[in-house]
Amino acid sequence: MSTKPKLALYWAASCGGCEIAVLDIKEKILDVDAFFDIVFWPVAVDFKVKDVEAMADGEIDLCLFNGAVRTSDNKYMAELLRRKSKILVAFGSCACEGCIPALSNTTTKKATMDWAFADSPSTVNPDRIMPQTRTETPVGVLELPEFWETVCSLDQVTDVDYFVPGCPPQAHQIWAVLETVIDIMENNKPLPPKGTILGAGEKTCCDECPRTREEKTIKGFVRIHEVIPDPDKCLLDQGIVCMGPATRSGCGGLCVSVGVPCRGCYGPAPNSKDQGTKMISALASVIDSDDPEEIDRILDGIVDPVGTFYRFSMAHATLGRVAVDAASGSSESEGGS
Amino acid sequence: MRKIEIDPITRLEGHGKIDIFLDDNGEVADCFFIVPELRGFEAFCVGRPVEDMPRITSRICGVCSEAHHIAAAKACDDIYHVEIPPTARKLRELMYNAFFVGDHTTHFYILGGPDFVMGPEAPPAERNILGMIHKLGVDTGKVVIGARAAAHAIVKILGGKTIHMVTSIPGGVTKGLTEEERLEVVEHAKQLLEFSKFTLQILDDVVLTNQEYLDLILSDTYTHRFHSMGTVDENGHVNFYDGLVRVVDTEGAEIVKYHPRDYLDHVAEHVEPWSYLKFPFLKAKGWTGFTDGVDSGVYRASPLSRLNAATGMATPLAQEQYERYFKTLTGDPTGNTPVHQTLATHWARVVELVYAAERTMELALDEEITNPDIRTIPTETPTEGIGSVEAPRGTLTHHYVTDERGVLQKVNLIVGTTNNHASISMSIKKAAQGLIHKGVDVTEGVLNKIEMAFRAYDPCFACATHSLPGQMPIVVRIRDVDGTVLSETTRD
Repeated sequence: MSTKPKLALYWAASCGGCEIAVLDIKEKILDVDAFFDIVFWPVAVDFKVKDVEAMADGEIDLCLFNGAVRTSDNKYMAELLRRKSKILVAFGSCACEGCIPALSNTTTKKATMDWAFADSPSTVNPDRIMPQTRTETPVGVLELPEFWETVCSLDQVTDVDYFVPGCPPQAHQIWAVLETVIDIMENNKPLPPKGTILGAGEKTCCDECPRTREEKTIKGFVRIHEVIPDPDKCLLDQGIVCMGPATRSGCGGLCVSVGVPCRGCYGPAPNSKDQGTKMISALASVIDSDDPEEIDRILDGIVDPVGTFYRFSMAHATLGRVAVDAASGSSESEGGS
Repeated sequence: MRKIEIDPITRLEGHGKIDIFLDDNGEVADCFFIVPELRGFEAFCVGRPVEDMPRITSRICGVCSEAHHIAAAKACDDIYHVEIPPTARKLRELMYNAFFVGDHTTHFYILGGPDFVMGPEAPPAERNILGMIHKLGVDTGKVVIGARAAAHAIVKILGGKTIHMVTSIPGGVTKGLTEEERLEVVEHAKQLLEFSKFTLQILDDVVLTNQEYLDLILSDTYTHRFHSMGTVDENGHVNFYDGLVRVVDTEGAEIVKYHPRDYLDHVAEHVEPWSYLKFPFLKAKGWTGFTDGVDSGVYRASPLSRLNAATGMATPLAQEQYERYFKTLTGDPTGNTPVHQTLATHWARVVELVYAAERTMELALDEEITNPDIRTIPTETPTEGIGSVEAPRGTLTHHYVTDERGVLQKVNLIVGTTNNHASISMSIKKAAQGLIHKGVDVTEGVLNKIEMAFRAYDPCFACATHSLPGQMPIVVRIRDVDGTVLSETTRD
């Protein structure tokens, strides 16, 4: 019986990018394999949920959980791994903030189903047959799970110890986190306070941006395809909406370094819970006008404020999800904030 | 009637389950491949600015984010009626081919390969990448890790990030290539070329020289006569980035060759109430149900079908391997006679890997590749646009309609794996029918051989359903008609 610390990695409703990001630590993955017993990692190893269920509570030393929570299966796995793990980490933007999947909270389940299965132009479905949770066939009953109206982050369904932000977390940050954990475990060092954000910085994305900032005075917004921005100047100074001021540092300023504005995948800036309101206050201080009408005109240049300011953090947005039409029969009962 | 449930299937990207129903004689009466997830990107992209679609839709799949990024960017170009500069096109194609090497590597070594290197009925604890590294040696493991790293390094140089790259926008790319960076790309490309030869050798050593595996590949259990779809260039050669979509029938005769913009004239999708995933079919044939043969509407879009739909490969070593592949499997090196053995898809994938590595090098050596002219500013009013690429798992189509500000009103996506939904379902059913009979002990190894029928497609149900839930182990329960569990087998 191995005495190595036990590591679990799991994906809920995610794109698989976090899994690839873990593999991107390259040959260091062999070091991880050497230090830990990998007891659960569905993408690469055939261990079973049943194996996890059979473990004692707290038997797993470290669990990195990626993906948002949208089905009862996701929730079951979140709760199971919480119970079995000493340390549960929300790994990546989906688990931390909802990420792109949580943009689904700007629409409804009914709208999603109607378009996908009846109204989209390639679909041939004159009888509007919708997927059913139970379908009788001549040989037997076929079953489908029901999926939730609302996309949740991990901490909205269970207790989380630490958070590793990013879409995906950058490989050097992943290794830094694992290296720290290995050091703590090997040398019996104290753990960081619960709730700590690991694998990221304590400033904003602007702090890592190689571009030069001046006093911002925005007279109007432009979109990225409409201009060839100056390669050295702050994108927001040039009127391109960049989420840098509202976003935690940690990625190394990747997008802004290749001429593309930040969209906020490392989550809210330190000391800020709501990324969107933080961005709005950042913009308010840089718009160069006192005339309400002109301010309106300037802000009109931002074509999708909600979907831009909360691009990665919709699950935690204080504004909540869009209203679900009661007549649609959709319900809000499955969980979520 | 008894029911065998395989829930969920494993060593693929995404979630699926298989329900097998046995009649009173212990034969397979029917078999359903069920996709139980839906995420609905189409609906929640409405209202978003179209220029952000390459960054939003990449999150459909973190494994092939490059495919969605590029298809979205091409749809954006089309929306704004803009021709991108030649260098921008080459930079996108360079990034895309480097990605293809990495992605095909992931499947060949991590998802599909263990079935062959370790054996289809090897214990599950060994039948994975770690078992393979132990068997083939740590040095081989490092070669594979190194090749993926080289591919990802090229993607990062050109895309800004290795996963969910950001540089393609309407009208071109935001990041060019300096001479210094180009030299770095050339070094990585050399490594990828060497690696493609290394992989050919592994394929030979492990599979092609093993008569048992050849018999398995050629067996009727893993054979279906479907039509074949793939994107071809002006010479009829396989192209991943751009071209016309060609479909040949089961005999190799052309059914249609169309511009991706006309996809709605040629492909439609059927809905079944028991799956969240639709079933695309050829409009020329109509939805004929789960049938194969020349009159069926079912087609494949995969490495196997791409080689069938093309008349050759555009690079020398890949062409040599294309001819060898067809000569071995059909006796006809021209490729005019289609290959229908599903498991041969693994081999076709390696032929494509060779092409992708050669094409990466060609583009890295292209004298235009460092030209700084990489953007065209759109001037026309955005309307409607369609972008298409060959994703590793099949033809990928993004179709957007916007308002005059370029804000999305409608989004329709037909992704690589979805094309193969009907053919995957049928491949699984045929494997089940070929392997499960009265008196056969349904072991974990037998179930894995059923799973090998879908694994050849390298399906990605993250893409197909725009969702990627967790995977669970196989649990097989045999029940009587009342639902009482008669026996249970678990994979361990």
